[in-house]
Amino acid sequence: MTATAPQKGCETLPNLLARNVARFGDKPAYREKELGIWQSWTWAQAAREIEAFACGLADLGLAPGDSVAIIGRNRPALYWAMISVQMCGGIPVPLYQDAVAEEMIHVLGNSQARFVIAGDQEQIDKIHEVQDQIPHVEIMIYHDPRGMRKYDAANLFEMDDVTKNGRAKQSEIWPRLQAIQAKQGYDDTCVMLYTSGTTGRPKGVVLSNRNIIETSKNSSEFDHLRADEDILAYLPMAWVGDFIFSVGQALWTGFCVNCPESAETMQTDLREIGPTYFFAPPRVFENQLTEVMIRMEDASKLKQWLFHHFMAHAKKVGPRLLDGESIGFGDRLKYFLGNLFIYGPLKNTLGLSRVRVGYTAGEAIGPELFAFYRSLGINLKQLYGQTEASVFITQQPDGHVRSDTVGVPSPGVELKMAENGEVFYRSPGVFVEYFNNPESTASTKDAEGWVATGDAGFIDPESGQLRIIDRAKDVGKMSDGAMFAPKYVENKLKFFPNILEAVVFGNQREMCTAFLNIDLTAVGNWAERNNIAYSSYQELTGHPQVLDILRGHVEEVNKSVAADPMLAGCQVHRFVVLHKQLDADDGEMTRTQKVRRGVVEEKFGDVIDAMYGGKSEIYTETEVTYEDGRKGKIKATLQIVDAAVQPVQQLEAAE
Amino acid sequence: MKDTVEPYVTDDGRTIGDVMLDLRNITLRFGGVEAIKDISFDIREGEIRAIIGPNGAGKSSMLNIISGFYKPQEGEVWFDGAIRPPLRPYQVAQQGIARTFQNIALFEGMSVLDNVMTGRLNHMKAGLFRQALWYGRAEQEEVENREAVEKIIDFLEIQKIRKTPVSRLPYGLKKRVELARALAAQPRLLLLDEPMAGMNVEEKEDMSRFILDANDEFGTTIALIEHDMGVVMDLSDRVVVMDYGRKIGDGTPDEVRGNQDVIDAYLGVSHD
Repeated sequence: MTATAPQKGCETLPNLLARNVARFGDKPAYREKELGIWQSWTWAQAAREIEAFACGLADLGLAPGDSVAIIGRNRPALYWAMISVQMCGGIPVPLYQDAVAEEMIHVLGNSQARFVIAGDQEQIDKIHEVQDQIPHVEIMIYHDPRGMRKYDAANLFEMDDVTKNGRAKQSEIWPRLQAIQAKQGYDDTCVMLYTSGTTGRPKGVVLSNRNIIETSKNSSEFDHLRADEDILAYLPMAWVGDFIFSVGQALWTGFCVNCPESAETMQTDLREIGPTYFFAPPRVFENQLTEVMIRMEDASKLKQWLFHHFMAHAKKVGPRLLDGESIGFGDRLKYFLGNLFIYGPLKNTLGLSRVRVGYTAGEAIGPELFAFYRSLGINLKQLYGQTEASVFITQQPDGHVRSDTVGVPSPGVELKMAENGEVFYRSPGVFVEYFNNPESTASTKDAEGWVATGDAGFIDPESGQLRIIDRAKDVGKMSDGAMFAPKYVENKLKFFPNILEAVVFGNQREMCTAFLNIDLTAVGNWAERNNIAYSSYQELTGHPQVLDILRGHVEEVNKSVAADPMLAGCQVHRFVVLHKQLDADDGEMTRTQKVRRGVVEEKFGDVIDAMYGGKSEIYTETEVTYEDGRKGKIKATLQIVDAAVQPVQQLEAAE
Repeated sequence: MKDTVEPYVTDDGRTIGDVMLDLRNITLRFGGVEAIKDISFDIREGEIRAIIGPNGAGKSSMLNIISGFYKPQEGEVWFDGAIRPPLRPYQVAQQGIARTFQNIALFEGMSVLDNVMTGRLNHMKAGLFRQALWYGRAEQEEVENREAVEKIIDFLEIQKIRKTPVSRLPYGLKKRVELARALAAQPRLLLLDEPMAGMNVEEKEDMSRFILDANDEFGTTIALIEHDMGVVMDLSDRVVVMDYGRKIGDGTPDEVRGNQDVIDAYLGVSHD
């Protein structure tokens, strides 16, 4: 690995903050919608808050090397807190705010956090609940005082008070902190982020200043990010992507981080801010599209015609325009008109009018979904990344975007493929270690710095970009030896607005089967339109007409899967519409909304057996966890539906 | 006066103060029908007071007397230690009493924000002329009131529907908007007429939380009518039980629960 020397004065995030204050002091650095109004802070104002809070933390006894857990929704104060912690020489550890108390024990215990900074009462309550199991947590600080008046624990402080206290003692404490910061270097720990734990317990990924700053610098240059970008910070703070976008790149380029008012108002806030640099997992784009399609169905006939007419045209020429190809004058004129009538207003409604660079990652995105956004003229691209890589492994350059690849290696990243197709990478962003877990570190990262991604893929010969097939360990063989790649089929299924989630089984079996989750918004809307009464999610999932529609979807997917001779064996023969949504609270998904295949397979084992056992229905009881942590059981009799499959064409030997 | 009026602190740390509203020997008649017969009870500063009883017991009439809508033929209403002369409802509102209605009474065509803003009416002092011209004091007042309203919107977590017309909201949310409008008046005494009627369990839990929080956070005294016994017993500090216009019980939820008259009224009595 080539160790690059840091730019002077840019070795740590507090350094970058100071640089931004000098360079863009009066420019907005953070905005947050509160009480219905966007409140904003310049770099200079933010720095004052951050320094005062750092002094307050030091006064409470935060010492260099201490880790500080930070839990809450995206708010400027919590982003500031991370930098304040670094100013004291501490290590910020952001946690998933929707984690239940038991999940927190592991992360808090593993990180040995001495301080906890929480967004609100909800988070404090969760920590109180498990306090006896995390004795090393000494001090708790909360940001939003609502509901906190009656809490009188001696180790509980309001953030505002800590800041005020810090400001009062700043002249005395700050020089001490400056001395600590002077000792912090490029290879000291910047942040510790926990993996989502698709397969096991979350591991603490230690990322150094070098990892974060080099990655932020490289990726900002790759996309020509500027100080006048606006981003919306709405993805979990504990996720590495948010740390890179809202902290790393924001500090590196000096752009403005906007925090929504609440999780529910995200779409409205997105529209009001109109970010220029936008990131979302496919799920967000999918929900947006579902919403658009539902609303179009309610529109007048003329509007519907306009929409479908111009969208068809956009589909034809939009992506080619974005890639800078030349198209005929007539097409160009029609696209211009379409932009006037349809695309422009639609982009505005979606809040994507100003997007210069948009990324989707985390999961494969359906080609039609991807094309929809591209055809509107939104520069949506794909990237492939991991916590262990400080996000970026590959990304697509402007003008070279395809839906089935994830891009070329990011600047500074080297790739290699193992025998079994697994992708390995090496880059300046490669993590230092898993915290307190040398075995895992050793099994993931070799002595030369190569890291295993766990994904199988290959370099597409045509475009030179990386193409990911599936999780390396999920790719299997059917009993007849055909390749089994569940993700490939699941992604095709999930592109139907009616299907929210799909899990395909078939490894070592003679045929493939699937679990489906309906999308309540889409199916509920359809039910309303067709006067179909239902009293619960569960009832809707079992409705014969719903099953019919889904069978149609599955059969369509089978046709498209059959077209690829290599994967034709993965057609879904039978499926079940689950009576409950797969949920992170029940452990069926990770907090980043990825299906935990093993858990699902085990939990619904009886249903899978019934599908392969040739039954037509199965009675099952499932344990569910409510949002407040209580557990209950739901019972249901599930219909097992058969879907038509296409004959598998034998690969012709002769040509 | 029957109650001791020394302030005390509840188990969950709220301070219950002096008697705020005292109803003494109230009788209300509609023609020959006696809707309320000689009822006395009081509401103390900071408490949550429930009025329960079977249908037609006179609970809503009682609330209408407190809000000044009905004038009792006999009896006295004492407010803040002084007898309250017959007042028009808007004058009662000026004293710091706000209410919600059993049948939602919002302005359907207006947005949530505008509806909640109407709750600030008593806090707007600028005259019609200035209001119309958006001049001087009117502008400044609007900004102040908007801020107060936004705090309520934040408190009740209805940011998402801030700009949505009320007619497009589901029932449970309308109820919450009504509560928002009442709270926007910053009342000292809040009257809730069946705040949870027609709600599902989840909505009831939310509403209970908001009622408790409003009481706790703003120190608002609350009098509520409710049919859901579980809710009433969990929320209230004291409960008045009415039946056929008479008071048949008064006390803490536990006392009321053990009261034989109350059990009879709710469960019926065997006649043998």
